[in-house]
Amino acid sequence: MSILRVENLTKTYSSGGRDLTVLHSVNFTLEPGDTFSIVGPSGSGKTTLLGLCAGLDRASSGSVYLNDIRLDTLNEDQRAAIRNQYVGFIFQNFQLLPTLTALENVMVPLELRGEKGAAKTAQALLDRVGLGQRGHHYPTQLSGGEQQRVSLARAFANRPKLLFADEPTGNLDADTSATVVDLLFELNREAGTTLVLVTHDMELAARTQRIIRIKGGTVILDTKERESERVQE
Amino acid sequence: MAWRDSRRSRQRLLLFMSAIVLGIAALVAINSFGDNLAQSIDDQARELLGADLTVSWSRAPSPKTQQLLKTTGRDRAYEVSFASLVSIPKTGGVRLAQVKGLQGNFPYYGTWEVQPTSAIQTFRQAADRVALVDDGLLVQLGAQVGDSVKVGNLSFLIAGRVTKTPGQAAIAATVAPTVFVPNQFLANTGLLQRGSRVAYKYYYQFAPGTDIEKFVKTVSARLDKEGVNYDTVDGRKKQTGRSFADLTKYLSLVAFVALLLGCVGVASAVQLYVKEKVTSVAILRTLGASGRQAFLIYLLQTALMGLIGATIGALVGSVVQLVLPRVFGNFLPITVETALSGPAILGGIGTGLLISILFSLLPLLAIRNVSPLRTLRTSYEDDLSGRDPLRWLVYLLVLGFIVGFAYLQTKNLMLAIGFTAGLTVAFGILTALGLGLIWLVRRFFPTSWSYVWRQSLANLYRPNNQTLILVTSIGLGAFLIATLYLTQGLLLGRVELSGSGKQPNMVLFDIQNEQIAGVRALVTGQKLPILQEAPIVTMRLSDINGKTNESIRKDTSARPPKWAFTREYRVTYRDSLISSEKLIAGKAPYQENGNAYVSIDKDFFDRMHLKLGDTLNFNVQGAPIQTIVGGTREVEWNRVQTNFLVVFPSGVLEQAPQFHVLMTRVPDNKTSAVLQRGLVSRFPNVSAIDLGLILKTVDEILAQISFVIQFMALFSILTGLLVLASSVVISKYQRLRESVLLRTLGASREQILSITVVEYGLLGLLSALSGILLSIVGTWALARFVFEVPYRPDGIPLLIVTIVVTVLTVLIGVFNSRDVLTRPPLDVLRAEA
Repeated sequence: MSILRVENLTKTYSSGGRDLTVLHSVNFTLEPGDTFSIVGPSGSGKTTLLGLCAGLDRASSGSVYLNDIRLDTLNEDQRAAIRNQYVGFIFQNFQLLPTLTALENVMVPLELRGEKGAAKTAQALLDRVGLGQRGHHYPTQLSGGEQQRVSLARAFANRPKLLFADEPTGNLDADTSATVVDLLFELNREAGTTLVLVTHDMELAARTQRIIRIKGGTVILDTKERESERVQE
Repeated sequence: MAWRDSRRSRQRLLLFMSAIVLGIAALVAINSFGDNLAQSIDDQARELLGADLTVSWSRAPSPKTQQLLKTTGRDRAYEVSFASLVSIPKTGGVRLAQVKGLQGNFPYYGTWEVQPTSAIQTFRQAADRVALVDDGLLVQLGAQVGDSVKVGNLSFLIAGRVTKTPGQAAIAATVAPTVFVPNQFLANTGLLQRGSRVAYKYYYQFAPGTDIEKFVKTVSARLDKEGVNYDTVDGRKKQTGRSFADLTKYLSLVAFVALLLGCVGVASAVQLYVKEKVTSVAILRTLGASGRQAFLIYLLQTALMGLIGATIGALVGSVVQLVLPRVFGNFLPITVETALSGPAILGGIGTGLLISILFSLLPLLAIRNVSPLRTLRTSYEDDLSGRDPLRWLVYLLVLGFIVGFAYLQTKNLMLAIGFTAGLTVAFGILTALGLGLIWLVRRFFPTSWSYVWRQSLANLYRPNNQTLILVTSIGLGAFLIATLYLTQGLLLGRVELSGSGKQPNMVLFDIQNEQIAGVRALVTGQKLPILQEAPIVTMRLSDINGKTNESIRKDTSARPPKWAFTREYRVTYRDSLISSEKLIAGKAPYQENGNAYVSIDKDFFDRMHLKLGDTLNFNVQGAPIQTIVGGTREVEWNRVQTNFLVVFPSGVLEQAPQFHVLMTRVPDNKTSAVLQRGLVSRFPNVSAIDLGLILKTVDEILAQISFVIQFMALFSILTGLLVLASSVVISKYQRLRESVLLRTLGASREQILSITVVEYGLLGLLSALSGILLSIVGTWALARFVFEVPYRPDGIPLLIVTIVVTVLTVLIGVFNSRDVLTRPPLDVLRAEA
C-alpha cells in the first residue's frame, strides 16, 4: 500500500479574470519509508504541490491519496484530523507559535488530539534534538538553528507517517544547516517516516532516494522513472 | 516618506483614528452645547424670570415696604402660593400640589404654554372660577380640560393644561405640580389660615430703558433687612449660567474620560503598529536614516492621522450637539438654540492633534533604538522594552496635559488636580488588577485542564498579550456604568429605607389648633396609628446674648453665619427628647425660674459658635421671646421624623400662632387615598405628603438623570468598545497566523473557535469584574462618607453589566477572528517569517 499517491493533479488560480495554472497533471506515488525531493526554481509550483499533498489546499482537478484516503473528498476539518494523525511539517521560517514555549510548541500536535503524557513525549523529543534545557524558552529567545530543531521535534511529536519539509535550511547558515539536515535524516530513519522535501539545494536533494524537478508547474524530471527506464534497458 | 510608508498600513491607522474620532466628538458636542446654552441663557434671560424683577416674601414686610412694592414698576402681577391637597371630584384623585393665586398679566416675557391658548385670556379676566393645571398633575389624577379641580372649599373649572411656565424647568412640575387659580378666589378656599405656610411674590415689568439694577440698589438694604427676597434678570442669568456651567463642566469631564480611553487605544494601537514596523525601520536605518529621522517619520504619520481623526470627530460632535437639547430638555428652563461653535470645534481639533502626538510618543520612542542589524539577522532582538529616560519626560507631559485640560474645562485647579488624581487612582487600580490577574494565572496555572482552556488562559500572559490594555479600557467603561447603577440604587434605597418597616410614610401638616382633635379622630377612625405629633411655631432669631446681626458682623471673633439671622426657624415644644434624638450636653428642654431653656442640635450649636447658657432672643411673629441654651442633642436627620434645630420647653409657645404635624403609616395606596379624600372634605387646608408618591417621584427624577448620565457614559462605552475592537483587530494579524498554523498542525475549526471564545470570554469577564470591583469600592465610599447610609449593592445590575460586557467582548473577538475559520492553511507556507 502506497503512503502517498498523486493522480493528474492540477491547480489553477483565478486572478483579475484570468486563469493561471500553476500545476499541470502531476503524477507520482510514494511507498512507506521513501525519501523524496521536489526541486525547481522559484515560482515553479513546488510549495503548491507540497500544500496539496499535505491537504492544506484543494486541487482544481486530480486526486491526492494519503495513506489510501482520498483528500479532495474531505472537508477542511476532516483534512485537519488526517494531518494531525499522519502528517508532520517543517517550514523554512520555522513557524513556531510565538506565544508558546519550546516545550509547549512540541506538545501542540499531541494536545490537539487529546493525547495524555504530551509533556513527557515532548521533553524526550527536545532532549533528542539537544534542546532539553531550553524547553521553557519562547521562540524569540532561541537562535534560528534552535528554532528549527524545536520545529523538528514538533514534526515528529505525533509519530507521523509522512513528513513534509519546505526549504528546511533556507533560513540557516551553512554550519547550522548541516546539523539540522543530519538530525532530520537521523530522526526520519529512526521513525521510518516517509520524507517529502522541497528545496533549491541540489546537494540536500541528493541525499533523498528520489527527486522530481518541476518547471512551470510541470514535472520535467523524475529520477525514479529514469531508473526504471535504465532497469528496462 | 511618512505618507508613502503609511500606504500599506492606513487601514490599521484608521483604527487608531476612530478612537480619537469618538473622544473628540463627545468633547466637541458637550463644549458646543455649553457655548450654545450660555448664549441662549443670555438671549432669553428675561424669559427665565418672566418679568424684569420679582420680589417675594413669606413674612409680611412693613406697611411702608408693602406700599412701595404695590407701586413699583409700570405693571405688576401678584402671586400667592402654598402647598395644598387638591382633588378631582370626577375621578376621586387627590394629590399635594402647589397652589398659585395669580393676579395680573404674568408672564411679561416668554411664552406660557397652555392648551388651549385661549385659556390664558379667560384666566386673566378672572371673571369665573377657572384654573390652569400642570400637565403632569392632570395625567396623574386622570383629569382633563373641562373637568373641575377642588382647591380647599372651592371648585374650579380646568380651563387649560399647562405644559411650560417661563423660568420653570419641566422637571420642577414633576416634583411640585402647580394649579394656577385667579387670586381673588383664594380667600374663599379657606386655605389661608393663621400659621399657614404661604409665599407671596410680585412680578414687575418696567418701562423700556429703566436701569433695574440701579433701582434695586436703592431698595436692597431695606428688603434685606425685612427678609424680602428679590431677583433681577441679571441675577437670574448669572445664577442659571452658574448652575448650567457646572453641569457642562461635569459633562465635559465625562467626555474627557471617553477621550482618555481613546488615548489608551491610541497608545496601544501605536505600540503594536511600531512592532509591525520594526523591519521597515531597520531597513531605513541600514539605508542611512538616523534614529531621529525614523522617529519623525512615524510621529508625522500618527499626527496626520490624529489631525484627520480630530477633524472628523469635531464634525460628528457638531452634529451630535444638535440632539443634546432634547436629551437635557426636561432640565432646561430655556430653549437652547443650536449653532456651530467655532471655539469648541477648533479646541476639539487641537486637543485631538495634541492627544494623538502625546500618547503616541511613548511607543514611538522605541523606534529610535531599532538596530539596522535586524536586516541581517531576523532573530536579532532590539531593546524595545522602553527603558528610555525620555519616557519619564513623556509621562510628565501626559500628566501635565491631563491637569491642564481638566483645569481649562473646570477653571478650578483643585478640582483639576483632584480629577487627575482620581483618574490616576482608577487607572492605577485597574492596571494593578490586570497585572495581578496575569500573575495569578501564571502562578496558579491549571495544568490539568483541557488543552483549549490552557491555551486560552496562557494567551492572557503570553508575549504580546492584550490583558492589561483590555482590563484597563473595558474595566473603566464597566466601572462608569456600574457606578451609575449602584449610585442610583443607593439613592433609591435611601428613600425606601426611610419608608420601610414601622417608619411613618404619611405626613399631615398645616393642621390648626382647633383641627388637631378632628384629624386625630379621622386617622384613628381608619385604624391607622399616630406615630408622631408635633406643634410647630415659626420664628426668627433677633439676637444672641443681646447682640444683633449688625453688631456681631463688626466683631472680629468667631461669629455665627449671616443666615442665622435671616432664616425662618420652625420650632416645637416639649419637655423630653424623642427616639431620633440623643442628649449630648446639658439637659432636655426645661423651664426654671421663669426662664425657658432650649435644646439645640449639636451641629447647629457648633456652627453658631454657641455655648451653654447663651441667651437667644426670638421674634415669634412680632412677639419677642427670650431663651437660654440649656442643652445640645444629636439628631438623626435621616429618619422620617419631624426633627428640629431648636426645641422649646412646654409652657412657653402654647399661645403662639402655630400648626401641627401628624405622622402615620398607611398600609397601601387605597387607604392613603381614602384618608386624603377624608382630609380634603373635612379639613381642606390640611396637606398630606405621601412618601410613596415621593418615592415614585424620586424614582422618576433619577430615571431622567440617569438617562442623561447614560447618554454621556455611552461615549465612554463606545470608545471602550472601539479600543476593544482595535486591540482585537490589531492582535488579529498575530492570532490569524497562530490559528492558521494550528489548523496546519491539525486543529479543528471547533478547537480554534473554542480557544477564541474562552480567551475573549475570560478577558471580558475579568475586565468587567475589575470595573465592578472598583465601582463597589467607589459606591461604598459614597454610601459611607457622602450619603451616610448602610451599603447593600444590588447584585442584578452588576450581573447584567458583567454579562453584557463579557458577551460583547466575545462577539467582537469572534467577529474579528472569523477569517481564521475560512482561510486555507496553505497561506501559512507562504507567510513571511
